[in-house]
Amino acid sequence: MNVAVARRETQAAMRGKGGPFLRLDNVSRHFGTLKAVDGVSFEMAAGELRAVIGPNGAGKTTFFNLISGLLPPTSGEVLFEGETITGQTVVQRVAKGIVRTFQITEILPELTVYENIRVGVETAARLNTMPWISRGRRIAIRRRVEELIDIVDLNGKANRVVGEMAHGDQRVVEVAMALSVGPLLLLLDEPTAGMGDHETDHMVGLIRKLHAEQCMSILFIEHDMDIVFGIAQRITVLDQGRVLAEGTPDVISSDAKVRAAYLGSIE
Amino acid sequence: MTRVFGIGIMWAALIALPWWLPTIGGYTALGSKVLIYAIATMGLNIVLGFTGGLSFGQAAYFGLGAYGAGMTLKYLAASTPLAILVGTVVGGLAAALLGPLVMRRRGIYFAMVTIAIGQLFYFVMVRWNEVTGGEDGLAGFSRQDIHFGPWVYELTQTHFYYLVLAGFTVAVAIIWMILQSPLGHTFVAIRENRRRVEFLGIKVERYVWAAFAIAGTITAFAGTLNALLFNFTSPQDLHWILSGNFVIMIVLGGMRSFFGPLIGVIIFVVAQDYLSSITGNWMTFIGMIFVLIVLLFPKGVLGIVNRRAEAAA
Repeated sequence: MNVAVARRETQAAMRGKGGPFLRLDNVSRHFGTLKAVDGVSFEMAAGELRAVIGPNGAGKTTFFNLISGLLPPTSGEVLFEGETITGQTVVQRVAKGIVRTFQITEILPELTVYENIRVGVETAARLNTMPWISRGRRIAIRRRVEELIDIVDLNGKANRVVGEMAHGDQRVVEVAMALSVGPLLLLLDEPTAGMGDHETDHMVGLIRKLHAEQCMSILFIEHDMDIVFGIAQRITVLDQGRVLAEGTPDVISSDAKVRAAYLGSIE
Repeated sequence: MTRVFGIGIMWAALIALPWWLPTIGGYTALGSKVLIYAIATMGLNIVLGFTGGLSFGQAAYFGLGAYGAGMTLKYLAASTPLAILVGTVVGGLAAALLGPLVMRRRGIYFAMVTIAIGQLFYFVMVRWNEVTGGEDGLAGFSRQDIHFGPWVYELTQTHFYYLVLAGFTVAVAIIWMILQSPLGHTFVAIRENRRRVEFLGIKVERYVWAAFAIAGTITAFAGTLNALLFNFTSPQDLHWILSGNFVIMIVLGGMRSFFGPLIGVIIFVVAQDYLSSITGNWMTFIGMIFVLIVLLFPKGVLGIVNRRAEAAA
C-alpha cells in the first residue's frame, strides 16, 4: 500500500504547487487535412476519475495518443505534474507515471496471467537488465504479482494462458499490467468494449475500487453512458476534435449542446 | 518431475555417447557435430524463438568464431583455450557492434538485414585470400592438447567430444539462467507484444540488441569448436545456406521449447549424415522431412511432446 501513500503525497504536493496534474494547452493533431484533435485545452486534477466521451471520430483515441506519447502533437503543449512532456517518448512518460491500456487489447497472448503481470512488476523494480536475481527478490516479485492478481480479482486464474481466456478477463489482465508498473495516471481506452454484462460489472467495480482504495487518477474513454454517468466525477465531451463541453455528470446531462450533438443521436 | 527425469536421461546418454553411438553405425565426431550445432542453434533461438527476431544470418557469427579460432592457432599461438576465447570474443563483438543495425528492424526486414550482414562476412573471407585461404578455406592449423600444469588433456576425438559436451553444458546453463531471469522475461514479452512492452516503459530496442549480442556470442563459441573439430573452416561456415539450415533445425525441433533446437539438430544432422551416404540428393529428403514436420507438428517435435505433457498434467 506504499504506492497509495506515495500517490496521496503526490496529490498533496500538487495541491500545494497549485498546478494541475495533467494539462493540455491548445493541443492539435492534424493528419493531412483531417483535424483529429483541434485546439484542445484540458485540465485534470490528481485523484480525479474523469470520463472522455464523444461520437465515433471525435478524436478520443488521438487525444489519448497525445497524452501517452504514441503521437507527437502538431502544435500545443502537454504538461504533467507541472512539467512539459510534449517532446517525451512513451518510455519517458511511463517513467513519469502515465500508463495506458488500448482499445484493442494489448497483452502477451502466449503467456500466463502471472507471467504477463510479472513483466510489469520486474520493470517497476528496474530489474529488466538482470540476467539473474536473488531468491529474496524472486519472492518479493511473486508477492507483488499475487497482490495485483488479488486487486484485479483474477484469483485462481494466475496460471491460465491469457490468449485462451475470455475477452473480459484479457482486458482485466491488461489493466493489471498497467497497474504493475505503478502508474500515477491511468488511461483506459474503452475498458468495457465488447464485454458482456457480467464482465462489464467486474471492470466497473475494478475502476471504482482503484479510484476509491488506491487513490488512482483515472482518465477513461467510454461509450456506455450508464457507466460514464454512474462512476465519472467529471466528463469531457469531444466532438470533431474539439471540447464541446466539460463538467460534472449533472451539468453534462443537462447541456443542450451535448444533447443535440451527441446524446440524443445515440439514445 | 518427468522433465527432470528426461533431462537426466539425456545427459546420461550424452556422457555415454562414445560407447553407444559406434554400435549403431555412428562415430564420435558426429556426436561432437550434433552438440556444436545444438549450441549454435540454442544460442540463435534466444533471438529467434524467445525474442521474436527473425535472424537469418546467424552463420556469420558461427563462421567468425571458426575463423577467429583457426587464425589464432595458425598465426598467433598454439593454444586451444586461447583459440576458443578469441573466436568467441570476435564473433560476439561483431554481433554486439552490428546489433544497432538490426535492433530497430522488425519481421522480414530484420531477416533481410541479418542475411545481408552475413553475406558481407562471407565475401570478406572469400576475397581476403592470403590470410583466410579464400574459397579453399582455412587449413594448416590443428587443435592443441590442453595443459593444466604438469597434467595434459590430450584432445583425441573422444576427449574432444567431452570438451564439447562441457561447452554444451555451460552454454545450456547460461541460456537457461537468462531465460529464467527478468532479462529473459523481457525478451519473451517483446516477442509476444512489442507495443505492450514499450507501454510498460521498456526500451525495446535495447533488449533486442542484447538478445542479438548474446545469441551471436554463443553461436560464435559453437563456431570455434567446429573449427577445432575439423581442424578446418571455410566460407561455407558463414554462408546463408548454413544460416537457413540453423533456422530449419530450430523449426524442426520446436522454436518455443528450450531443448527444441537440440532435437532439430539431431534430426537434421543424422538425416544428413545417413542420407548423403546413400544419395547426392539428400537435401530433397531433408526438405520432405521439413515439410512433413511443419504440416504435422507446427510447433516442432518438442512442441507436440510438451502439449501431450500439459494435457496429461
